Amino acid sequence: MTLDLLIQQLVNGLIVGSFYALIALGYSMVFGVIKLLNFAHGDIYMNGAFVGLIVFSFVGLWVGNGWLGVVCALLVSMLAVGLLGVIIERFAYRPMRNAPRLSILITALGASMVLNGTALALTGGRHYAFNTDLGFAGVDISTVHITYTQMVLVAASIALMAGMQAFVSRTMYGKAMRAVSIDMGASRLMGIDVDRVIALTFFMGSALAAGGGVMAGAYYGSVHFFMGFIMGLKAFTAAVIGGIGSVPGAMLGGLLLGLLEAFGSSLPFVGSEWRDVFVFGTLILFLVFKPTGLLGRSVVERV
Amino acid sequence: MIDEVRTMPTAVQPQLMRWSVVLPGLAALAVALVLPQFANAYVTEVATTALLYVVLCLGLNIVVGYAGLLDLGYAAFFAVGAYTSGILTAEFGFNFWLTIPVAMVAACVAGIIIGAPTLRLRSDYLAIVTLGFGEIVRIIARNLDITGGASGLIGIERPEIFGFKLMQVQHFYYAFLVLALLTAFVCLSVERSRMGRAWFYVRYDEDAAAGIGINRVTAKLQAYMMGAVIASVAGCLYAAKMTAISPESFTFNQSLLILLGVVLGGMGRIPGVVLGAVLVALLPEVLRGAGTYRPLVTAVALLAIMLFRPNGLWPDKRV
Repeated sequence: MTLDLLIQQLVNGLIVGSFYALIALGYSMVFGVIKLLNFAHGDIYMNGAFVGLIVFSFVGLWVGNGWLGVVCALLVSMLAVGLLGVIIERFAYRPMRNAPRLSILITALGASMVLNGTALALTGGRHYAFNTDLGFAGVDISTVHITYTQMVLVAASIALMAGMQAFVSRTMYGKAMRAVSIDMGASRLMGIDVDRVIALTFFMGSALAAGGGVMAGAYYGSVHFFMGFIMGLKAFTAAVIGGIGSVPGAMLGGLLLGLLEAFGSSLPFVGSEWRDVFVFGTLILFLVFKPTGLLGRSVVERV
Repeated sequence: MIDEVRTMPTAVQPQLMRWSVVLPGLAALAVALVLPQFANAYVTEVATTALLYVVLCLGLNIVVGYAGLLDLGYAAFFAVGAYTSGILTAEFGFNFWLTIPVAMVAACVAGIIIGAPTLRLRSDYLAIVTLGFGEIVRIIARNLDITGGASGLIGIERPEIFGFKLMQVQHFYYAFLVLALLTAFVCLSVERSRMGRAWFYVRYDEDAAAGIGINRVTAKLQAYMMGAVIASVAGCLYAAKMTAISPESFTFNQSLLILLGVVLGGMGRIPGVVLGAVLVALLPEVLRGAGTYRPLVTAVALLAIMLFRPNGLWPDKRV
């Protein structure tokens, strides 16, 4: 592998990895607080991309297809899809909170399918172009061209994640979130409005996924109803690698998975068609040898 | 925190002895036996699909309904069976009946690879790992030469029994009927066995089950592997019926439909699961004109069942 290829794959890996990290973060937060695998998370990412595209095409009429349009799309989509996450929690997950585990999981699966099915029905399964005009200016490192867009995307994801980490570790609501994740019953007794904390968790997790969706849509230039399925799976893998329930773990896991994927698929014998197999193989290996992930605490299973 | 107290059925009573089940069951069997004599080819074809779903749903019911594990990649085992049998007959000239035990072993091996590491962990992990496994099997089938790649495997031999070759829809209808009855019989006996009781116990209260000496990992693995074996046998017969299989028959959607069948009728109960399987098989026929709205209808059905009737359309009165 030449140095140029190495740098190129490093860049690719970092970009894909920061998307994974954004999605993994929401997965991890929701799992940390209510111990639910939110299957709908990948579809929320997809919805975020679509909402972003709709906003972008409207706003684009006034401000053009440049950065301003993308930022507007990003903010509106994060807000709208964050609220969607709260609605899903309120109507699908809250009634099931005391139901057996299996029922909750199937409900989450149902919620995911409803989001996915709605998008399919509304779009007819077409690919929609996300035509941005962000320019190709950038810096060259030997023969590898890195655009400013790529740098901004990685920086923006890192900023979002750092903001999230600061929120969880510094604010009162963040403290409440951590309390609920440790012991929901005791938190309620301490006067924490548990329902509200859970709704907030869903809002923030969904908003991050939507942010990832808009950025990925703008970066790849295309949005599709099925884009969330594989993304959800990979984000889960990233969350497991980093240690599910841990915020820094999700970031680390996402970036590692992105790099692993970029370098893994450029190895001989591992073509890009085997990339997904490679990722799930990693997931299974982690579950066998280090199920708590790199930064996770060991969790004792209690029913 | 005290979880709500869940009542455990005192004993798994034999369902065969209850008239509310026996009479509809016998009536359904009678209709099933004579159906191809009266129905046209289209109806027989749909009924054959329904029987295929009955087998698959009964198999998944062992995993989901009895042991309480969520398997989202069940179609993968169906694919393992279909491809094992298909490759052995089409490329190596094996006799169809000899491929069945090979497919069962293949499914067992795949079940252990996926199940052994994940079943030790929280049950949620199994759901997502099986989801990934389903995708892996499909990607492998699409990219290998021996499986025929994306266009699939063709020229699978039709099975022969005592010199009689299964050719027409009716023949396969009866073959699937025999398989469905066999599967139902296996489910009934296993439900009341020591192993079946262990599954129920693990499903209702894992810690208590471990407390009375049930090895919960073994119990879960047994359920997972038994489900896998049933799907692989169904896959063998499916491959023989179609004579051509492609990776697109074994997508995530297929796994979802099978799961919907199990949940729709009532998890953990044979008559409910059979009803759910038949409904799922009829669904595409009913929704023929719905086009891209079809997945949405399926999704709303699943969500509505879970929220409003979590025990299914034909629930178990005992629990």
